[in-house]
Amino acid sequence: MGDVLKKVPVREQDAKVRATNFEEVCYGYNQEEAMEEAVRCINCKNAKCITGCPVAINIPGFIHEVKEGNIEEAYKVISKSSALPAVCGRVCPQESQCEGVCIRGIKGEPVSIGKLERFVADWAREHGISPEKPAETNGKKVAVIGSGPAGLTCAGDLAKMGYEVTIFEALHEPGGVLVYGIPEFRLPKKGVVAPEIENVKKLGVKIETNVVIGKSVTIDELLNEEGFDAVFIGSGAGLPKFMGIPGENANGVFSANEYLTRSNLMKAFDENYDTPIMIGKKVAVVGGGNVAMDAARTALRLGAEVHIVYRRSEAELPARVEEVHHAKQEGIIFDLLTNPLEILVDDNGWVRGMSCIKMELGEPDESGRRRPVEIKGSEFEIELDTVIMSLGTSPNPLISSTTKGLETNRRKCIVAQEENGATTKEGVYAGGDAVTGAATVILAMGAGKSAAQGIDEFLNGK
Amino acid sequence: MYKIRKAEKLAENIFLMDVEAPRIAKSCEPGQFLIVKMDEKGERIPLTICDYHREDGTVTIVFQIVGASTKKMAELQAGDSFRDVIGPLGQASEFIHEPAAELKEKKYLFVAGGVGTAPVYPQVKWMKENGIDVDVIVGAKNKDLLILEDEMRAVAGNLYVTTDDGSYERKGMVTEVIKDLVQNEGKHYDQVVAIGPMIMMKFVCLLTRELGLPTIVSLNPIMVDGTGMCGACRVTVGDQVKFACVDGPEFDGHLVNFDEAMKRQTIYKTQEGRAMLKLQEGDTHHGGCGHCGGDE
Repeated sequence: MGDVLKKVPVREQDAKVRATNFEEVCYGYNQEEAMEEAVRCINCKNAKCITGCPVAINIPGFIHEVKEGNIEEAYKVISKSSALPAVCGRVCPQESQCEGVCIRGIKGEPVSIGKLERFVADWAREHGISPEKPAETNGKKVAVIGSGPAGLTCAGDLAKMGYEVTIFEALHEPGGVLVYGIPEFRLPKKGVVAPEIENVKKLGVKIETNVVIGKSVTIDELLNEEGFDAVFIGSGAGLPKFMGIPGENANGVFSANEYLTRSNLMKAFDENYDTPIMIGKKVAVVGGGNVAMDAARTALRLGAEVHIVYRRSEAELPARVEEVHHAKQEGIIFDLLTNPLEILVDDNGWVRGMSCIKMELGEPDESGRRRPVEIKGSEFEIELDTVIMSLGTSPNPLISSTTKGLETNRRKCIVAQEENGATTKEGVYAGGDAVTGAATVILAMGAGKSAAQGIDEFLNGK
Repeated sequence: MYKIRKAEKLAENIFLMDVEAPRIAKSCEPGQFLIVKMDEKGERIPLTICDYHREDGTVTIVFQIVGASTKKMAELQAGDSFRDVIGPLGQASEFIHEPAAELKEKKYLFVAGGVGTAPVYPQVKWMKENGIDVDVIVGAKNKDLLILEDEMRAVAGNLYVTTDDGSYERKGMVTEVIKDLVQNEGKHYDQVVAIGPMIMMKFVCLLTRELGLPTIVSLNPIMVDGTGMCGACRVTVGDQVKFACVDGPEFDGHLVNFDEAMKRQTIYKTQEGRAMLKLQEGDTHHGGCGHCGGDE
């Protein structure tokens, strides 16, 4: 028995080895380790962890089953609330959600809820346990736009309630950010994402890929011509931002979305696939979020020296602590308090470097974070051949601009009620990044869940 | 899966296919494009929609072998299938939104270069269907590389064919024909639409700016998703950065930064060259020649 104040450590691939491959970094718990960690949960009466979880999983309930060795029961408890536990156990920022409010965390480390959830989901998959299809449908049809975490959750919940659900996906593979954004080494596609999507299909959900809503067919046509009774929009926030600095269109400058899509969705890192990717020698990733870490660690694995260029200090990095830690272990160099001014371009139109300026932190801004201020005269240049811009994304206006009566705010986000996802157009619901702007997988799932409730109330009241 | 109904060789290295894609056939308009992905390991390749048959649920694509992927694609036969066909993508040509009465008052000149004849065709056909006769210039390197001549002749008001080497009809570049029509034959045009290789569109635009003819071009930058989520296809138009896949592919040619666009087309030239060599030489390709990089 280890130190009860500390988490049971999780086995990981060695940093030096994993920096050269795309295999999963974290191996997860085995049953023995999971049961040992489960003992640390003190089964609070008013469990705060549940309130910290956006889909309110009965955490003490499932951990109790793990403690007893009833892993199948534990899976059933989680499945009541979550459609994608193998994904969430891996990518949720637990430190600011369930684990952030765990009582154990006051003195020592919180219970490793994410790793336990992941263990249960992986165990269920390996033992061939999946959710059951409902006996019969209620004959009502719902269209779900987008097959990311919001869409998959909403579709799964509606199917369980008896609706006939069709998901429309613009790309050639379902999964949204789970397949094109988050890399293989954090979230294996064949091993983890594909089986979770299969589970949603087993509930009776149909998935039609290669359908671009707003182009191939509009929401109005789905409602008026194709017989759908309601629509859920979970189209995400996939439009990349650029800085608008000189040289940004040079050869060798990519959005993180492009870089990651090439690597994750198109498998450009694997030479058996046809899509090419730029293998830089010296790469700068501009930004400090999870996407920046993913892009940096991908470039590293392709063989580059990689710098994260971020204008604030380490304390303000929006990325998960675990990811920053992993990135550092692997050898990513952090150029903090540094802001790009211009991409330097050679005579042939290729990136040759970046001119930057040093920053210091000033007074807190409206968001409460200390505002970075340029230090006069501190300009300097770094030599580079590749720059990856990871400055965040915003919702794609394609759907809102082709749907009559769908209101958006000034950030192009769809206006929807928080409690049930209802938009300004009757029968049309929305949730996830399309409503909030870029956020987390689990928040998108929470929104998908509330919208499924909202749609059910709307169609039952009809 | 998207079944190939017809596969036809139009000229050396240029192929036409009719593909079953009912949703695209139902909703596409002239000026839009689609993306095909051959198989699981294939890349996503953007191609302009050359024709569509709404009742049949098929769309027509025309492509030229330029690298490994298009070479593999050319081997597909009627009865084979594409794993993925996505679309329609991009904005439709602006003229389809114009009131018919106003459109009929305008004089249009379409300029097509090489395989660019394919995307020009549905636009000219749309004009014909709406009772508008337009002038069309089609340019090809030589007689053998001229495509869709009969189809174009059936829908164009006046068709001017030119070949670089003079092996058929007129001799010379499309720009020479434009000059000839405007300066010697006294023709007037309110709008020019030019589609072809980037370098051709650039030179057409340099000329039409001089002649004072508004010109629309259809750009063909590198694309990945084609839905606006990556910016691989970004181009500078005037003082703005645009994504060709969602804002275009058609833009005011006099505002396009062609030099930047042409440089960006070459980003993966080395990798593309290697892929082509690997395909051509198969197992015999082991590098060592010191040029192809296959030994790295």
